[in-house]
Amino acid sequence: MSKEASFSDELLRLLEENPLRSPETLAKLLGSEASSVGEEIARLEKEKVILAYKAIVDDEKAQRRTVKAVIEVKLVPERGGGFDRLARRIARYPEVTSCFLMSGGYDLLVFLEGSTLQEVALFVSEKLATLRGVTSTATHFMLRTYKEQGVLVGDAVEPERLPVSP
Amino acid sequence: MKQNAMRPASDPHEGKILPFLPGGDPWVARHVRDLPRSGIRDFFDLVQSMEGIVSLGIGEPGESTPWKIREQAIFALESGKTGYTSNLGLLRLRRAISAYMERLTGVRYDPEEEILVTVGVSEALDCALRSIVNPGEQILYAEPSYVAYSPGIVLAHGVPVGIPTRFEDEFRLWAEGVEEKAKPGVKALLLNSPANPTGSMVEAGELEKIAAIARKENWVVLSDEIYAELTYGKRHRSIASFPGMKERTIVFNGLSKAFAMTGFRLGWACGPAPLIAAMVKIHQYSMLCASIVSQEAGIEALEHGAAEVEAMQRAYQRKRNFLYRSLSSLGFPCHAPEGAFYLFPSIVPFGLSSQEFALRLLREARVAVVPGTAFGPSGEGYLRCSFSPRMPDLEEAIRRMSRWMRTNFPGKRTRVAGH
Repeated sequence: MSKEASFSDELLRLLEENPLRSPETLAKLLGSEASSVGEEIARLEKEKVILAYKAIVDDEKAQRRTVKAVIEVKLVPERGGGFDRLARRIARYPEVTSCFLMSGGYDLLVFLEGSTLQEVALFVSEKLATLRGVTSTATHFMLRTYKEQGVLVGDAVEPERLPVSP
Repeated sequence: MKQNAMRPASDPHEGKILPFLPGGDPWVARHVRDLPRSGIRDFFDLVQSMEGIVSLGIGEPGESTPWKIREQAIFALESGKTGYTSNLGLLRLRRAISAYMERLTGVRYDPEEEILVTVGVSEALDCALRSIVNPGEQILYAEPSYVAYSPGIVLAHGVPVGIPTRFEDEFRLWAEGVEEKAKPGVKALLLNSPANPTGSMVEAGELEKIAAIARKENWVVLSDEIYAELTYGKRHRSIASFPGMKERTIVFNGLSKAFAMTGFRLGWACGPAPLIAAMVKIHQYSMLCASIVSQEAGIEALEHGAAEVEAMQRAYQRKRNFLYRSLSSLGFPCHAPEGAFYLFPSIVPFGLSSQEFALRLLREARVAVVPGTAFGPSGEGYLRCSFSPRMPDLEEAIRRMSRWMRTNFPGKRTRVAGH
């Protein structure tokens, strides 16, 4: 791995861990200079390697009544385009929070978010299922979140340490 | 040995009928009674009594044990693994240790008779010292040192002889320093590379020269290599890997640091069969065996924990960079440590003793660090600051120290160029 590649690799890892750190702090962690870190972040953002920075929220604590569901979608692949065109079309709906092409018993795994059960159900039956090329859908509603994007939800137990030890 | 300040040198109780004392003082053996309390213990009591302290005083990983290792411990309990094991430790664990040590040091140890599983390196070191020391024999060690070395030697009826290391040498032990102390009466040399509290490593060339001295003087070498996996840019070398050294070296290692398993209390000693057999005598009558749950978790750690160790090592490297840069820019002269997870910055420019500095930092800035003197007299003028705490704690500690330094030592702040 080239030195440059490992620098941006390390930087990306740190940003994924916590995007709020200042370039100065990031530079200290990487043993680099704040200016080089700033430039590298700008490059990664410009080249869309970094797509966005988001907060991970505990919906229960935030007292949100959001309804989340995953939908298994079966598609008929198109000649020449495979699943791409249809998958991108589905992904464009703002209700869709994530969308993946899958191996196995179905083709797309679609994550949906809505404010009520009915809203999500309607989206599936009226928007998703009626798309030409979609042959079937199976909707599963999420009941509770235990881990979100690598972060444990609800039982964040901090390791206990003696304040001073040899 | 320094006399206990509370007691005159001659024993006033001699020849008298002793009253019962709740502290049991007259019944305590002289060599234990005269052993000073650990400096770290006093500091710990003080920190414990205060609220809202951010601590850089911890001598263990800030993260918990990787989940899959914890899970294996739970599974061991579920499977009814709750009994004694062989005194030497589970054979499967010793085999895993043998393979791990060979990867780490290039030296192969026979799991049947050259490896003893212990309750942490602390017990292994205690067994080793008690196995080799006749009363009055000297044990050399680099100083500042881990807090247990000197007392451990005294408790084994040996005489600790510290070899001072210096800030100017990045606290490295040099063969020259060892040579100076090579006198009749020395039984063994105790090495610790990478070192707690300084983070220094003995250079390979020096290690070779030290090995030659040990062979010439016919010493046993006790090599505490618990931080061997936590090095930054330099590979660990074990003194046992030099020609003619495996035969006279006991290497200590364990899961506490690299695998973040301090509470499991699992360590081991690898060495020549006759020395291991001697240690087993002590271990079997005192400890019997290490906890079976920890041993089962240990097998999982050694067989499947490499990726977790690598990830933690990477995180330490970043936090080391962070703390080194931060303390340097606050005006503390310090070196970027080559291993372990401690910085040992100088406080000489600020005109306070280690104890005074650490106490004021604790009371006024509410940041705990360990005064260098807890690690021996050559620790005067330094502090031990651990970079093992989690990043938010490190950042908070630096914010507090920065404010406190600006108020108390304006103008000392320097800019550090480069790395």
